[in-house]
Amino acid sequence: MAIRMLIAIACIAVALVAPFVIYPVLLMTILCFVIFACSFNLLLGYAGLLCFGHAMFFGGAAYIAGHILKTTSVSLEVAIAGGVLAAAALGAVIGWLAIRRRGIQFAMITLAFSQLIYFLLLQAPFTGGENGMQGIPRHQLLGLIDLRSNLSFYYFVLAVTAVAIFAFYRIVHSPFGEVLKAIRDNEARVESVGFDAEKFKLIAFTLSAGMAGLAGALKATVYQFATLTDVSWQVSGEVILMTLLGGLGTLAGPMFGAGIIVLMNDYLAGFGEWALIAQGCILLVVVVFFRRGFVGELSALTGYLLRRTRSRKEPSVPHQAIADEAA
Amino acid sequence: MFDGITPQLLFGQILLGLINGSFYAMLSMGLAIIFGLMNVVNFAHGAQYMLGAFVAWLALTEFGLPYWGALLIAPVVVGLFGMVIERLFLRPLQSLDHLYGLLATYAVALIVEGLITRKYGSTGLPYDNPMPYGIRLGFMVLPAYRLWVVAFSLVICVGTWLAIEHTRLGAYLRAASERPHMVEAFGINVPRMITLTYGFGVGLAALSGVLAAPIYQVSPSMGSSALIVVFAVVVIGGMGSIAGAIASGYALGVVEGLTKAFYPSAANVVIFLFMILALFLRPSGLFASRDEVR
Repeated sequence: MAIRMLIAIACIAVALVAPFVIYPVLLMTILCFVIFACSFNLLLGYAGLLCFGHAMFFGGAAYIAGHILKTTSVSLEVAIAGGVLAAAALGAVIGWLAIRRRGIQFAMITLAFSQLIYFLLLQAPFTGGENGMQGIPRHQLLGLIDLRSNLSFYYFVLAVTAVAIFAFYRIVHSPFGEVLKAIRDNEARVESVGFDAEKFKLIAFTLSAGMAGLAGALKATVYQFATLTDVSWQVSGEVILMTLLGGLGTLAGPMFGAGIIVLMNDYLAGFGEWALIAQGCILLVVVVFFRRGFVGELSALTGYLLRRTRSRKEPSVPHQAIADEAA
Repeated sequence: MFDGITPQLLFGQILLGLINGSFYAMLSMGLAIIFGLMNVVNFAHGAQYMLGAFVAWLALTEFGLPYWGALLIAPVVVGLFGMVIERLFLRPLQSLDHLYGLLATYAVALIVEGLITRKYGSTGLPYDNPMPYGIRLGFMVLPAYRLWVVAFSLVICVGTWLAIEHTRLGAYLRAASERPHMVEAFGINVPRMITLTYGFGVGLAALSGVLAAPIYQVSPSMGSSALIVVFAVVVIGGMGSIAGAIASGYALGVVEGLTKAFYPSAANVVIFLFMILALFLRPSGLFASRDEVR
């Protein structure tokens, strides 16, 4: 546990110094996708629901927050909250319809819904169609604090990300999170104990949609524009890749995956389709060979090494190793 | 809103709808066959449809092979490619959660679409119409090729359905979908059957691609946009029901065509709206069979 605290403190220290070394917009993109990947992880990693259209919440909230900022003079946090609420409301409606089917069909339905949202946003009068929504202003935070410089905006995004990660941590470690994990592992059993599994799944879906909306609204204020790309199935696929690459159902995994994929996309941005091809290759390798993801495989490896050294020290107590394995 | 709808426009859109419906039916039938046996949603189906069109285009421009040759060659080539994919990536995942199969085929789709875009660009490539004449019907001229597409796809769909329902091979297939271990105990090589079935489904996708090449332009993104609509069609029809996939494919194509005639701006979304309606009314699908909800 002490090691974990040290790692967390080191991460925070690095995050505080990073914008003086690396371009802040790139760092903010990573942070937005960290939140997005956490929201996806809440669904697939903890509730076992594969949403193949998560970009609809991400991009939808980006448009809503952008529209609020462009047409009104409310302060920044109100516009972002507006995006989050819109995404959560959309999530509640779509979740209510989609959880009628399970597993693979749930994935197909959410993908179809995201395409519906895509077409609606393409035709809606306020989105700017193919050109996207340009020139979203960054209003003052709380009506007081000016965040127009990228450096100061970075610290705002960092703070929001920290709060979002903390909220995610509390959700998955709460009794609610335990029920979600139980539904993932054995839904029929959870229902037989008297829990309404569909209600829990719907709440998880709504929470996850809101969190994805937070990521999207932040991204719209970082880049000061929102485009149809944010709603496309490619982005839905990207967030799946980030989560799986880092490690499904782990806290740190999706953050790590988001960082790697954003950096890779940034690096490959000038090479056209190679970004998509690389994503496909990474996903294929992860799915076929490393389904636990980077963090998952790493902790499995350290666990294995720890057990080996311990059992070598105390060869006379074999059931100690068995107990460890059970734990 | 009903003014200005001439019979030409109406029948033209119904015909267009039937053509789209032919592709929806063939693609969702392939998806349903693969899903029935393997429980895997083949996310690469769109990419394989696109590959079929590209093989036809390449065969014509590089080797001068005409349309009718491509109609035979492309499904075989792409089907073999599908079998390699199945053998390499899907078989190791078979015993796991079926979501991994979906993700693996999604990854294949990304790679294939990316590589084709890389090589041939993202703009559509024209493919000459092999039947450039029309049939006069008095109030409109019916392009012969479009009639051929509707008729041929109908033959393929009904033929495949009859083969699965009424032949010995089809009986093996249905049995292996329900109890693979039992069928294996009777001495039938189920893994090989799975590989061949996947290849067949992929070949069907490629065949649709060849049929589509003269109508739509051959472009790398033609598959992914079609696939999402086909997913909605499959959800409406009910997974794993082959007859349901065929029927809802044609029906929704016509519905889409009619929407284009009467209310064009909703044409893109009408199938998704039908999906919502179907989820409301028949949560397990219009043509769902007993073990549908999983």
